[in-house]
Amino acid sequence: MNAPTEPTRKLRVATTSLAGCFGCHMSFLDIDERLFDLLPLIEFDRTPLTDIKHCGPCDIGIVEGGICNAENVHVLREFRANCKVLIAIGACAVTGGLPAQRNHLDLADCLQEVYVTEVSLSKGGIPNDPELPLPLDKVHPIHEVVKVDYFIPGCPPSADAIWKFLTDLIAGRTPKLGHGLISYD
Amino acid sequence: MTMNLETAAHPETLRRVAIEPVSRVEGHGKVTLLLDDDDRIHQVRLHIVEFRGFEKFIQGRPYWEVPVMVQRLCGICPVSHHLAASKALDQIVGAKNLTPTAEKLRRLMHYGQILQSHALHFFHLSSPDLLFGFDSDVARRNIVGVAQAYPEVAKQGVLLRKYGQEVIRLTAGKRVHGTGSVPGGVNKNLSREERDLLLADIYQIIAWSREAVALARKLYEQSPALYDDFGRFDAHSLSLIRADGALDLYHGGLRARRKDGSTVFDHVNYDHYWEHIFEEVKPWSYMKFPYLRELGPEDGWYRVGPLTRVTQCDFIPTPFADHERRDFLAYGGGSAAGATLGTHWARMIEMLHSAEAIKELLHDDDLLGDDLVVTGERQERGVGMIEAPRGTLIHHYRVDDDDVVARCNLIVSTTHNNQAMNESIRAVARKYLDGRKLTEGLLNHIEVAIRAFDPCLSCATHALGKMPLIVELVDAEGRQVDSLSSGSL
Repeated sequence: MNAPTEPTRKLRVATTSLAGCFGCHMSFLDIDERLFDLLPLIEFDRTPLTDIKHCGPCDIGIVEGGICNAENVHVLREFRANCKVLIAIGACAVTGGLPAQRNHLDLADCLQEVYVTEVSLSKGGIPNDPELPLPLDKVHPIHEVVKVDYFIPGCPPSADAIWKFLTDLIAGRTPKLGHGLISYD
Repeated sequence: MTMNLETAAHPETLRRVAIEPVSRVEGHGKVTLLLDDDDRIHQVRLHIVEFRGFEKFIQGRPYWEVPVMVQRLCGICPVSHHLAASKALDQIVGAKNLTPTAEKLRRLMHYGQILQSHALHFFHLSSPDLLFGFDSDVARRNIVGVAQAYPEVAKQGVLLRKYGQEVIRLTAGKRVHGTGSVPGGVNKNLSREERDLLLADIYQIIAWSREAVALARKLYEQSPALYDDFGRFDAHSLSLIRADGALDLYHGGLRARRKDGSTVFDHVNYDHYWEHIFEEVKPWSYMKFPYLRELGPEDGWYRVGPLTRVTQCDFIPTPFADHERRDFLAYGGGSAAGATLGTHWARMIEMLHSAEAIKELLHDDDLLGDDLVVTGERQERGVGMIEAPRGTLIHHYRVDDDDVVARCNLIVSTTHNNQAMNESIRAVARKYLDGRKLTEGLLNHIEVAIRAFDPCLSCATHALGKMPLIVELVDAEGRQVDSLSSGSL
């Protein structure tokens, strides 16, 4: 797969990890030295790799992770408002993923166990400072809150899948992941 | 200004400045500063703001799922959780001694992990601060800027990380969230072709790792006053140590030392870690605050990770890295060995050690063996510990007779460093921010101190939490999607 030729204007790309593990971002970096082929074509807005704290107007937004608290919702809406194309990357963004395993549990029981009755605690108490964002009682996939243009499944999607998808999109083609590039692990 | 800076006497009278999110780190955190009208700083806190609940929802799962599930705590260091869980489950299945093939494959996987994680942290995340300056242009202060200004450095960083990821792929099946390790051993060996593939590049990787140590050292030597003092604090220390005192990132006993270097305990079997480590909760962070029981909750907090490991081991069992360790300890009469920014240098020494250890393993035919799994007398309880890239990692499980997990406790590397990171950013706030008009560049100084620890805030957010408020979440059409739980438990 070759990178598309250099465009007249660099596409601006923002990425974030919400209730995810950063594994999808790692898989993106697993394109390895192809990163240097990509850099002439794109520029980064807010991502975990830059110090831009809020997403500005962008061509492509890539969201890893589902939503588990109020802050995730704010960040997701900021992405949707600013990105022409929004992509849900990885199992957590697409379905809620492993963190959604907590959806069948009662939050109060969890808190009690983790912060009060856990035996290795000498001094417990449930954190309640206003600086801590409000958790949701369930973990949600991102399409339940905003419109999502593309979904890339996998835990994580492979670097080859991410590369194919991005190079298609940057070249103006409809992204297509063929055999071997879609996984549901 | 109070010296402690943890809690202001009258927060309601103060102005709040937030760094949100902390960037170029893994996971979700923010820093809040409280200042008075004269820009004097009264409070500085690093908050961990996300919750996931792994310890709870792992309960009720069959134990053999655990190594694959819990690594989803973190996409940067999944191997650490994969292996710490496997070590705990080795005890559950009664596997007292793994086969040489299994133990060496796990070690190979782990050194691949240390190599890729340390490369990612130094080159992709921290090098922009160190190469361009802490208050340099925000548009350039990232890996893209490094690739433009120092293309060879960026290339080596990307390829070092790639090599570590390839070691993981060949031992675990894939680069992120693999499946190679199982209770009692591993599920695949290394084929001759796979071994040869890795051998082809390892000498280049060692050479580049040596250059990386030299670069970290050069950056330190260029600004010794800054590097010695920046975010510096004295701390007790904790790490695993091999029986002969060598650095061993895969297995060992616990060694803890006081600030003055005296021993708290040494070569302690970690099976009863709770006799030595307790945790406290503070209301303003979901990350707990561990401490050494011998020293008590006020004074017992400590530092883990590369700086601690390289300074408190007796030697590193590979030649290039041990040579670099001695230079590091001798530098400035020992000034780098206690410096927050000395952590970068120590981290690169560990990366070099990992590359050398990989080379040694690749020359060992045990990797090609077929004896992969052992089992023994089934146990109820298992504790697994490993030195993850960021520090000591603890996994603890109880598995009932029905083979499902009854209880799980995790103390991750970054949690051990919770108080240490707060101490470091308070030192930076006192020295660089207090009484000044805050700029983006000055605020980045706080983040530079945090980044030195390479915190994995995703790992640190495995617990659940909530707030005493109710908020409704509505979708784009105004339909209620969810409501936030109230605090009345």
